[in-house]
Amino acid sequence: MLPHGDDEEKWLAEGIAGIQHNAFYMHRALDSNDLKDALRYSVQMLSELRTSLLSPHKYYELCELGYLFDLACSECCLCRSWILMCFFSGDWEDMRAFDELRKMEMFFREETARGTISVIELYELVQHAGNILPRLYLLCTVGSVYIKSKEAPAKDVLKDLVEMCRGIQHPVRGLFLRSYLCQISRDKLPDIGSEYEGDADTVSHAIEFVIQNFTEMNKLWVRMQHQGPTREKDKREKERSQLRDLVGKNLHVLSQIEGVDLDIYKETVLPRVLEQVVNCKDELAQHYLMDCIIQVFPDEYHLQTLETLLGAFPQLQPTVDIKTVLSQLMDRLSIYAASSIEVLPEFLQVEAFSKLSNAIGKVIEAQVDMPVVGAITLYVSLLTFTLRVHPDRLDYVDQVLGACVKKLSGRAKLEDSRATKQIVALLSAPLEKYNDIVTALKLPNYPRVMDHLDNGTNKVMAVVIIQSIMKNTTCISTADKVEALFELIKGLIRDVDETQDDEIDEEDFKEEQNSVARLIHMLHNDDPEEMLKIICTVRKHIILGGPKRLPFTVPPLVFSALKLVRHLQGQDGDVIGEEISATPKKIFQILHQTIEALLSVPSPELALRLYLQCAEAANDCDLEPVAYEFFTQAFILYEEEVADSKAQVTAIHLIIGTLQRMNVFGVENRDTLTHKATGYSAKLLKKPDQCRAVYACSHLFWVDEQDGIKDGERVLLCLKRALRIANAAQQMANVTRGSSGPVVLFIEILNKYLYFFEKGNPQVTSSVLQGLIELIKTEMQTDGSSDPSADAFFASTLRYIQFQKQKGGAMGEKYDPIKI
Amino acid sequence: MVLVLAIGDLHIPHRAPDLPAKFKSMLVPGKIQHILCTGNLCIKEVHDYLKSLSPDLHITRGEYDEDVRYPENKTLSIGQFKLGLCHGHQIVPWGDLDSLAMLQRQLDIDILVTGHTHQFKAYKHEGGVIINPGSATGAYSSITYDVNPSFVLMDIDGLRVVVYVYELIDGEVKVDKIDFKKTATTQSAH
Repeated sequence: MLPHGDDEEKWLAEGIAGIQHNAFYMHRALDSNDLKDALRYSVQMLSELRTSLLSPHKYYELCELGYLFDLACSECCLCRSWILMCFFSGDWEDMRAFDELRKMEMFFREETARGTISVIELYELVQHAGNILPRLYLLCTVGSVYIKSKEAPAKDVLKDLVEMCRGIQHPVRGLFLRSYLCQISRDKLPDIGSEYEGDADTVSHAIEFVIQNFTEMNKLWVRMQHQGPTREKDKREKERSQLRDLVGKNLHVLSQIEGVDLDIYKETVLPRVLEQVVNCKDELAQHYLMDCIIQVFPDEYHLQTLETLLGAFPQLQPTVDIKTVLSQLMDRLSIYAASSIEVLPEFLQVEAFSKLSNAIGKVIEAQVDMPVVGAITLYVSLLTFTLRVHPDRLDYVDQVLGACVKKLSGRAKLEDSRATKQIVALLSAPLEKYNDIVTALKLPNYPRVMDHLDNGTNKVMAVVIIQSIMKNTTCISTADKVEALFELIKGLIRDVDETQDDEIDEEDFKEEQNSVARLIHMLHNDDPEEMLKIICTVRKHIILGGPKRLPFTVPPLVFSALKLVRHLQGQDGDVIGEEISATPKKIFQILHQTIEALLSVPSPELALRLYLQCAEAANDCDLEPVAYEFFTQAFILYEEEVADSKAQVTAIHLIIGTLQRMNVFGVENRDTLTHKATGYSAKLLKKPDQCRAVYACSHLFWVDEQDGIKDGERVLLCLKRALRIANAAQQMANVTRGSSGPVVLFIEILNKYLYFFEKGNPQVTSSVLQGLIELIKTEMQTDGSSDPSADAFFASTLRYIQFQKQKGGAMGEKYDPIKI
Repeated sequence: MVLVLAIGDLHIPHRAPDLPAKFKSMLVPGKIQHILCTGNLCIKEVHDYLKSLSPDLHITRGEYDEDVRYPENKTLSIGQFKLGLCHGHQIVPWGDLDSLAMLQRQLDIDILVTGHTHQFKAYKHEGGVIINPGSATGAYSSITYDVNPSFVLMDIDGLRVVVYVYELIDGEVKVDKIDFKKTATTQSAH
């Protein structure tokens, strides 16, 4: 029974006192060469160390006292050995003691070499030691010297030693003793090519020795579990854990034996080791040792003995955490596979995949209580393995996913966050490996796995998929693939079930939808027919997204479609004899319906802009009615839905700007639209806005191209109207604020006059300009408060006029009459 | 030497998924002192990205910008130059250099940076210089066909500005440069 805390400290102090007391007398005896007394006091001193009262750690502290070892520096070798051997009658771990034994070994070797005593005699002599534990330690030490001397075959000595050690059945002492044996013997095994190699077949003796030592050590180790009361089970397990490497070392030694080639490993070593592992029926030992086997022996051996190795798993105790060990094995094999191309055929040859797959299946079946996360983790390891070893075998990859689906089916959607994390890892692995969503789309079980995720994780996975596409700039080029992809990411595209949580973070939602928007640009095919199919497929899906999503998803689709229209524009006319559906007209119909959906959000401003884009595109395709229809829709929106005055200003300028570029309209249509545009311009709320919009309209009547409209009169009408509005604005300002109004408006209008003057509008004469200049000058002089920016504007305008005058040539002549 | 990036009309994510990779690798933080962005980013992510390139970021509103609070136009001084920024959808006819020159006179600036047409332009007139950096993503435009991604870097040094235009043509970045000098008067350049 092991003590606790305070008691231990007390015993430790007493032990130290006892040692010091006897040490003093021992020294005195040694000084007077009284061997007998020296030995007596040393035994008394060291019997303090026979205590079972201290835990291994405290014992170590006791032995740590450096001068205890100084005591052992007496002249007499035998005394020294006695003293040290008395140490080992306690329960403790101290490698330094083993170092001391090494010194002793050296001493023995010197003595036997010198001929003071023969090795055989020494071997006999030490067996007379009273206490069995010191006896055996000494025996092993001498045995080491014996083997080295080669006076007897290594195999005989080793056999003797390994069997003699049976004398110690106390678990901890036995473990340390055999560990010592293991340590001193490892460089003296009769291995192939070693100097201790005997006649034929000695490797088997070496193997036999190590396996026997291992077996006995394991038995002792397992026995520790059953010592003591059940309530201290945890403490015992902890202590056992500390000692596990002592047992494992044997396996290490086995792996280092040159003579253990694949065949011997297969025939002898592995079966014997597994036998012990299975038969010991101890959870701690089984877990550790299986792990050890996997770590210590080369991967190619594992590959070749896969069946045997995997066969042991079902025979292990049900509480053993097999999945960790299996995962370890698969990870090692994955790394092995990645190490070089040449090893890959081996994997195929031993049918590694099916063996592992079956083993996992059996384990999952057998361990009914295994939580879902455990099973998924196993599948993740298997998938990693498969992707490394058989990346071209999509059927294997799909098989693993299928097994997962089977495990998940029949349950409610997963809620365990660790499990969902593992599933995301499972689904991300093929994406990362293949760098191509298209490959993942070919796996029928892929979407089925996704279906088992809860909504939140499903969306996370969908975003992962989109990010993978963006990162690899993958282009998805057929409508079928687009369909499959949008099915996969449907969690982002629409509300999948009625109980969609409204608590979704707005920022996150925006990010999600923006990534869907970006995705739409990755869907492309140069063939117009296929591209149209893609557009229709996307439309079909996003239309279900509802008012929250449409503002994000409609614009990219619209522009995708407009690009297609332009592409078709470039192609000339009709392909004879073929039924094409990809025509600009058809696309405009789709566009119309798609933009219309924005009204349900409602997003009138966005819809207005998109209608104008379509109008321009229709213009470029020479489709007058279509263009007119789009303008109509834009105007309707302007009239009915755009109420904000600032928004109206932008909207009217967009309408004017677009209309100005239209060349497809006949006179009537054009007139209707320009009339509407100018009308709305004049009706804007603020006078300055009205003024600016109206003079912008002047450009509607003058297009500076070869066949462009050049209606000088209507230009002038607009400019005059703008002037009237500017005047009105002036007067209003005088009345309401007592200050002057926006003089700058006049200067702007002057600049517009100059524009048309230069373009050659006959209605704009130099006298008109002169009048306007004088008007502005007057306004600015009567102005009480001056507006520096207006001053600067006027100044730069006059500078411009001056510059034009000085240009000479036609321009100079034109400007000549103007005086500034 | 003061580096000013002129960039705009990215239209992310409406018309383009992202900046071209080659541009992204060229635009590193810490090298550019000022950024003049003509507008139509369109989303906050792009704003944040530009902000990471240089703390002195100026943006004017494009008609598709998510943030409607950007100003219609902006003026600022850098070194000896007065610069102005405006998206350009407000100036009809779109892309008309004479009409843009009027805006330049009105704002009393040496250099006007404007966009909307998605076509690179560097034009010198009586009142100064008009620069259109084009579309950094090569986004679709109703005005310009076959848009190549482009942006402009201005190196302002005393009375001289060197305009570097970077265009992505067939997967390769091509650079061109134009020199402008301002005459040393207190008034705008002639």
